[in-house]
Amino acid sequence: MVVELGHFALILAFVVAIVQMTLPLVGAWKGWRGWMAVAEPAATVQFFLLTYAFAALTYAFVTSDFSVRLVVANSHTLKPMLYKITGVWGNHEGSMLLWCLILAFFGALAAWFGGNLPDTLRARVLAVQASVGVAFLAFLIFTSNPFLRLANPPLDGRDLNPLLQDPGLAFHPPFLYVGYVGLSMAFSFAIAALIEGRVDAAWGRWVRPWTLLAWLNLTVGIALGSWWAYYELGWGGFWFWDPVENASFMPWLIAAALLHSAIVVEKREALKAWTILLAIFAFGFSLLGAFIVRSGVLTSVHAFANDPERGTYLLAITVLFVGGALTLYALRAGAMQAKGVFGLVSRESALVANNVLLAVACFVVFIGTIWPLIAEMIWDRKLSVGPPFFDAAFTPFMVALAILLPIGSILPWKRAKMERVMKPLWIALAVAFAVAALVWVAQTGRTLMAPIGALLGVWLVMGAMADLWTRTGRGGVGDKLRRVTRLPRADLGRVIAHAGFGITIFGIAALLAWEVEDIRVAQVGETYDVAGYAVTLEDVRDVQGPNYLSTMADIRMVRGDTDVLLSPEKRIYPVAGMPTTEAAIANGVFRDLYVVIGDPQEGGGFAVRTYIKPFANWIWAGCIIMAIGGIFSLTDRRFRVAAGARKAPVAGVPAE
Amino acid sequence: MIRALLLWLAMAGAALAVQPDEILDDPVLEERARALSSDLRCLVCRNESIDESNAELARDLRLLVRERLVEGDTDDEVMEFIVARYGEYVLLSPPATGSTLILWFAGPAALLLGAGLAFAYARGRKSAPADSALSEAEEARVREILDD
Repeated sequence: MVVELGHFALILAFVVAIVQMTLPLVGAWKGWRGWMAVAEPAATVQFFLLTYAFAALTYAFVTSDFSVRLVVANSHTLKPMLYKITGVWGNHEGSMLLWCLILAFFGALAAWFGGNLPDTLRARVLAVQASVGVAFLAFLIFTSNPFLRLANPPLDGRDLNPLLQDPGLAFHPPFLYVGYVGLSMAFSFAIAALIEGRVDAAWGRWVRPWTLLAWLNLTVGIALGSWWAYYELGWGGFWFWDPVENASFMPWLIAAALLHSAIVVEKREALKAWTILLAIFAFGFSLLGAFIVRSGVLTSVHAFANDPERGTYLLAITVLFVGGALTLYALRAGAMQAKGVFGLVSRESALVANNVLLAVACFVVFIGTIWPLIAEMIWDRKLSVGPPFFDAAFTPFMVALAILLPIGSILPWKRAKMERVMKPLWIALAVAFAVAALVWVAQTGRTLMAPIGALLGVWLVMGAMADLWTRTGRGGVGDKLRRVTRLPRADLGRVIAHAGFGITIFGIAALLAWEVEDIRVAQVGETYDVAGYAVTLEDVRDVQGPNYLSTMADIRMVRGDTDVLLSPEKRIYPVAGMPTTEAAIANGVFRDLYVVIGDPQEGGGFAVRTYIKPFANWIWAGCIIMAIGGIFSLTDRRFRVAAGARKAPVAGVPAE
Repeated sequence: MIRALLLWLAMAGAALAVQPDEILDDPVLEERARALSSDLRCLVCRNESIDESNAELARDLRLLVRERLVEGDTDDEVMEFIVARYGEYVLLSPPATGSTLILWFAGPAALLLGAGLAFAYARGRKSAPADSALSEAEEARVREILDD
């Protein structure tokens, strides 16, 4: 019953979305307030209906309702409860429902907190948001319906893919989706502005919080996915330039560029046409990402589903929305006039440079991702574009960005003198070089990667400190420290996020440069040395889990004061018939100890892989810090004061 | 189809790649073998290198690479040997020949284009007239009002 109501709610939401898409647009065009006012309640109703539909599907999974086809394909009675719930979005249909729910959620947020927007703009934004919703709800209902039933329910399900029965992967999709789908709001704002024919400083301010919300969630989602790959896939790799990873990374790069160019629109009323274009592309890449992941057109580790029919539909949606948006852009972009004037050395120029670097970096990732497709279609060549290409082609852009960042964040608006700008930064530069030299000397005879990573990391973090230093006015350190807490949160957010970026860069460089790997056959009871650690394979035993059978090893690593017992496993999930490897990791601030147990070898021992991974956690810590910076920026006063502020009714003054 | 996908994902999950019995005795050669392996694609997997994958074919290729290295081939000769037998699909970094040059040059070209456009835009903004929002008639009216 609940499931049928959920299905009905889904269809109803589709109808409401159609209404929300059409009436407000006509109302805004004709100036009919009544029709424009339909947008808000429609957005709220759509959100509640989809929440109910999602709750109904979750209920089906939690109660193991095997009359629902999706539950049979993805669940099992013995599966732990957490994974029964997260299994709702661990498949194509359920995750598509989550996508639609988040689309509706952002629409509802705009309806509830968009009181400060002019009526026509708000109506158009909600209408465009609803149009995206209509397209995806149609896709969901007609090609990927999660509520399809089986006439003869089986006694048990086929279990969720064991790789997905994992906390990291359980939470990775929701964060990622809030990110991807959140960019639809930026898109809606852009299209609404194009329809209105007006982009001004106020628009720049309105679009920013939505983009921030989406970007910070996308950062967390990507970090979670990377961290999951690190601990799950058995050798500690954390990024593979896989098409699906690239599909989430491209919107991240564009959203970052959008965040920065929206600042210029807000503060200086320049870069308007470019910002609108970025907003269109940000969501465009999200749509493209959905297409790449779900169509199977590119071979990937992650591919959800290989369904050409669904793929065609998604491609059609992408072409429709991006094509339509770009056509509208071509027609209307001329109406936007830049007002701000700025010199070649100025914050505006630095932000332009930031945008160029991020946009071209995104383009490089894009062309690398689709190149195999192009090469096969046009030149009939089957070739691969893998990590070696991406590492070589992409890294220079990040290095250039890191070099420019501290300078750009201190540059004043309009015009600047480089000598004055560099004054607080000389110390940062000196410390960065000193640390890099130290690293170079301390590591004996290895590559330049770690010193360069250290240089950039320290430069970024100290540059962020210098930024804070210049923002806190004159006076001694005491005065400055007191002023830090009174700085606008946007400034604190900027400093924190930039520092987080530096930490991530350093973490990546340090891990790649200094990682130690040891692969050998170890006998039970044998001790061997890895980078100063005495590693002992103490015991190997069989353990029964809730829905799996495991071979667990006890491995002890000792060095100086450190004495850890790690228990890596090799598991077999009988229902899915799949083996997985669970690495055992001793997490530390400065290093991770990572151990994997392999197959038993003839001759009695086991294949054991031992890794020492320095500064691994700095990578994801840096990402979390970037997201925290985003949260600070999001809660800046200028958004809180304006948001939701209804126009106070003006009290009439009696005539004297 | 789904089964194949799951089976394939299974291999990704259980990836234990280089086995102890494959490791060469000479550490320099082994280092070269690992570097070369991470540039070669596992042909039966979905987007993994032979260094990462634990498929049978990946193991065979890893052993092949080591065999050639032990025989004294240079890195380039080993790669040529493998490409001759498996096609250029096996290379994870597409060779910069023919149409692939477009791929390699796309990044730098886009950067030059982007930087050029940005530079031209910034130069334009430098000397853009700080625009007067009022027309001549409006200016006259303002002067009139101020003189009152």
